[in-house]
Order: sequence, then structure tokens, then C-alpha cells
Amino acid sequence: MNESKNLTIAKQPFEFCSRLNLTLLTGRKAQDLAEMAENLRSVPGSVIYHHTHHFLVQHQHLSPEPPNDFAYWVSNILLDARLGEELASIDVMRFSTIHELREALVRVIETSLERSGEVRAAPRGQEFHFMRSVSFVMPTGVRAADLREFRNALMFVSLSAISYHMFDARLRLETGDNDFAAWAEGQLGEKALAESLRTLDPYTFTEEGLRRRMINLVEQRLGN
Amino acid sequence: MGAKLSEYIPIVGEGVVQELSVLGARLAGKKVVNINSTRSGGGVAEILQRLIPLLGEVGIDAQWEVVEGTQDFFALTKHLHNALHGTPHTFTAEDQGVFDMTTASNLERLNLNGDIMFIHDPQPAGLVRNRAAIGGKWIWRCHIDLSAPAPGAWEFIEPMVRQFDLSVFSAPQFTRALPIPQILISPSIDPLADKNRELSRTEIDAILIKLGIRSDKPIVTQISRFDRLKDPLGVLEAWQLARRRVDCQLVLAGGGASDDPEGAEVLREVRERAGTDIDVHILDLPPTSHIEVNAIQSASAVVIQKSLKEGFGLTVSEALWKSKPVIAGAAGGIPLQITHKYSGILTHTIEGTAFWIKQLLSEPEFARQLGRNGHNHVRSNFLLTRHMRDYMLAFLLLDHPNVDVIRL
Repeated sequence: MNESKNLTIAKQPFEFCSRLNLTLLTGRKAQDLAEMAENLRSVPGSVIYHHTHHFLVQHQHLSPEPPNDFAYWVSNILLDARLGEELASIDVMRFSTIHELREALVRVIETSLERSGEVRAAPRGQEFHFMRSVSFVMPTGVRAADLREFRNALMFVSLSAISYHMFDARLRLETGDNDFAAWAEGQLGEKALAESLRTLDPYTFTEEGLRRRMINLVEQRLGN
Repeated sequence: MGAKLSEYIPIVGEGVVQELSVLGARLAGKKVVNINSTRSGGGVAEILQRLIPLLGEVGIDAQWEVVEGTQDFFALTKHLHNALHGTPHTFTAEDQGVFDMTTASNLERLNLNGDIMFIHDPQPAGLVRNRAAIGGKWIWRCHIDLSAPAPGAWEFIEPMVRQFDLSVFSAPQFTRALPIPQILISPSIDPLADKNRELSRTEIDAILIKLGIRSDKPIVTQISRFDRLKDPLGVLEAWQLARRRVDCQLVLAGGGASDDPEGAEVLREVRERAGTDIDVHILDLPPTSHIEVNAIQSASAVVIQKSLKEGFGLTVSEALWKSKPVIAGAAGGIPLQITHKYSGILTHTIEGTAFWIKQLLSEPEFARQLGRNGHNHVRSNFLLTRHMRDYMLAFLLLDHPNVDVIRL
């Protein structure tokens, strides 16, 4: 497709929202893996979301980065390198609900407990504190009706807008798809582009890197 | 005085400032009454002085009231503060009487007409007892570590705290089980304040000369009060160990020795232990030495915050903001600011601190990378604009309890 050619206009323009998170403390903490597993089974879904996603927001400039708090705590506080690696490598993209992600985390920890048989405790003061995120979603007023406008918007919308449509929509609101892919396919008939956006693993990028990668994909389609 | 919101755009970006305006528009016209115990001095007053004009700029009617009390009242609240941190104190019926009387006179005196009453720390917490008559929503902002209070201290304030709608803490480990929601909001530094603004090389050099610090060797610094919990003697020992391998100077700068007998004692010990070493600079600075602190941090090759126990430890954010590699004790709020080997170094011993001083002085590229990551981490998480955003989100949360996703 050449950028100068006519572009498909969406009936429903893409409306960029941004998302701001506030962290709430639950008062729950874990000193060892057994307590970690026990809490993981019963904490609200917003706790699982928080500890697997806030690193992306707080450390948006770091790469490589510890992908989730559970892995970081197990590796650096409990000093269990193997389990830390197993938790870090859980492929969040495989799951379409927080519930499935929770199950996977618990399974990995329980398997490790069975394997090692010992329960290593965190030093006092370095327990794992369970927190949850409350998300505030706001329209940014930025819209895109075709691919060119979409590409232009991606260049300047805030990183929180990109991560909202990429992470929250799929896993937290359980729409099963990220908003960008769903719009490209549903509104513009861009099946191949939608598939590329869908298979993009956002957890392996910094947020700024994710922005650049998405712009690249759209530009390739525009023929630039 | 405080800066305008637009002055933060070059630092945090237009998007962040725009978000603040959007949130402000959602809260436009709301009257938020902040109440603390002092107009100047201390971190809370410092933050309020800068935050209140910014909240006003986005349309929130932010007010600031200060509780007044007798000497007895402030002596009691000092005991309460220390006891909440674990120092034993017996609270008597008489203490309760002093607290209640001061609360009653402040209830009469203060202008408490607002949509949101934002109470900072224990001194004004008793005002909540009249919340039914005053109206509005009530938030308690706690800057204290409540995890291990002395017996009786928590019981003293708990009946007040449970009457609030929300509580706010600076670090997850500072809290305890409460029947009301608890929010995590870290404190912040102001990148435009004298302590953190970018200084020119000429300004830095002039201040170093004034303070007698030379520029011929790398500088290792700890900025903090002369307090045993900040372990200045441990820093000195770590530096002495490191200096056997890498030539460098040490600056230990802080205040608090003039009005604190224990501080004076610690300062004397540190001076004695340092002897006549011309590479050690021990500076007892007045509390207004913001530019001096800035210059010392800016000129340092490595900054240390070897705290054994810590509040939030904002000196770490100050140093990271200046892109300095920081070696710090994993205490209080410090692990929120430093991720080990990504945005700084967390140590637990004198030997470990010495080891990392050597490493960072010998590997400047790694040290620079830590400093860069630390700077970016502070920009995203510990600047005044993020603090303001979180406060506004907390105000909005009051209208949406028990929801995970709030559409504005």
C-alpha cells in the first residue's frame, strides 16, 4: 500500500484512552513461598495484575527488566534463581484472563515447593507485600479514522495510552484481544496487520520500544 | 516560592502535565483542606508549599490550615511520633486530656469547611471526631512507619484513624492492618527546587571551594543527619576500606547536630574516628543549605545512603535525579527507589559497601548506567508531578470505592 493512495476510513474511529494507576495496599504479606502460594490463590485479580504489570509502568526505560514482582522477589530476596527464572519466563501472552495467569503462577510455585521440600524465608523487613492497582481510564481526545492518522497518533500519545490499549484491554477487561489489533481488523479490514499487532509480545519491550515497534508495523503497511 | 506547572513540561513531558490538567478538570471546584502541624520546616510543609499552588492551577480549591497547640501538646505528639517508631512511652489519661483539649480548641478555631479534609500525620488526626458535623470525605496521610510501634502508641491513634475514609502511606512496609483502604503514595522531590535544579559547573566549583572540598580526587558522599541510624561511622569505615585500593575523598554532610544532643555526640565520634585525614570532609550544615547539598551531590562520583533504618529516604531520589550511582541500605522506602544493579546498589554490610565503592569508582561506565537508569526511574516515579497526580487520583477514588477500573 502506498501512503498517497486512498486509505480505508473506519466507521468508528479509534479513540485513544489513557490509563493512570493508583496503588492500594492490601495489608497482606508473604514471608516464604508457601505464604506466597496461599495468598496468590486468594488475592483479588487486581493484585495479580498489579504485580505482573506495574514494573512495565514504573521501569518503562529499563531494558531488560524484571518482568514481574514475584520473579524479582524470588530471585533477589529468596535467592532462588531457578524458580525466579521460571516465574520470569511465564508467557503472559498465553493467557486471556487474570484467572489463568494466577493458576500458572501458583502451579509454578507449588511445583517448586514439591521439588525442593524446603521453605526459604525472606529476611525480616523484606517480605513480599501484596498490592493492587485501581485504574482510572480517561479519553485523551485523540482519534484516528485511518491508518495514517493512527500512525501519527501513535507517535505522540502517552505511554500510558499505549499500554492501556495493549495490556489492560486484553487481560484485565478480558476482551481477548488488544484494542489496536481488534480495531485494525474490525474497522479497517487489515487482517495481516492485526495479526502482527496481536502476536507482538508487549512484555518483551520497554514501553517506548513498543511504541517504535508498532509504528514500524503500521509504516510497513503504509508502504513507507 | 513554587513553580508553575508549565515549567515542568521540559522535565516530565507535555503528556504528563496534560494528564494533570485533565484530572484537575474532573475535580474542578472541589475544596480540599490540608491540615498539618507546621507551616515551615520538615518534609510535609515543604511539599505542601509547592503542591498547593499547583493544585490551584488545575482548578482545585486547595487550602492549608495548621493546628495550634500548647508546649504540652507538641511534647506529647513528639513522644507519640517516637513511640509510633518504636521508642517506649507510657501514655496516660492526662496525655489523652491534653490531646483532646487541643483538638477541641482547633475544631473551634480552624476553618474546616471543605469537600475533602486531608489530614497529615497524627497531630491533627483528632479533628476527625467531628466529621459528622463538618461533613466531606476524610483522608489521613501518614508519613510514619507504623509497622513496629511501642505498646500503647498505636492504640492511642487507632480509634481516630478508623474514622477516616482513606489512609495514605509512603511505603508498603510502613502499614498495618486497618479497617479502611490504604493507598501507597510515595513522597517526591521537586526538580525545580534549589536542592535539585541543575547547577552550572561554576556554581558547583564555587560552593566546593567555599566548603573546602577539593576536585582533585573522586568524591564519595553521604548526606544525612548525624544519627546512628544513618550509620555515618559505618560509611567512614567502608570508605577507609575502599580507599586502600582506590584513591578518593569522603564527604559526610548533614545537620541536626546543633539542636540534638545525640547528633552532637555522633558528630564528635565521627570526627574523632576520622582524625586528621585531609580526604575526609565532615560538614555540619544548617537546614537551609539546599544549594550546598545540591552542589555536593552533583560533584560526587558515588553517593551513599547507608541507613540501618529509614523513613522514605528521599536523599536517594535526590542523588539519583542527579544521575549519580547510589549505594544504599535496603531500609524503609529505599528499595522502592533502587532496584539492585539496575538503578543503584543495595548493600547490607560495611564490607559490601566498601566493595561497591571500589567497583563503581573503577567501572565508571557501569556507574554511569546505574545513574542514568536511576534518573529515569526518579523522573517516572518520584517527582512532584507524580505526587500531585496520585493525590488527585486519591481524591477521585473517594467517589468510587470498591471498583478496580474507573472510567472518568
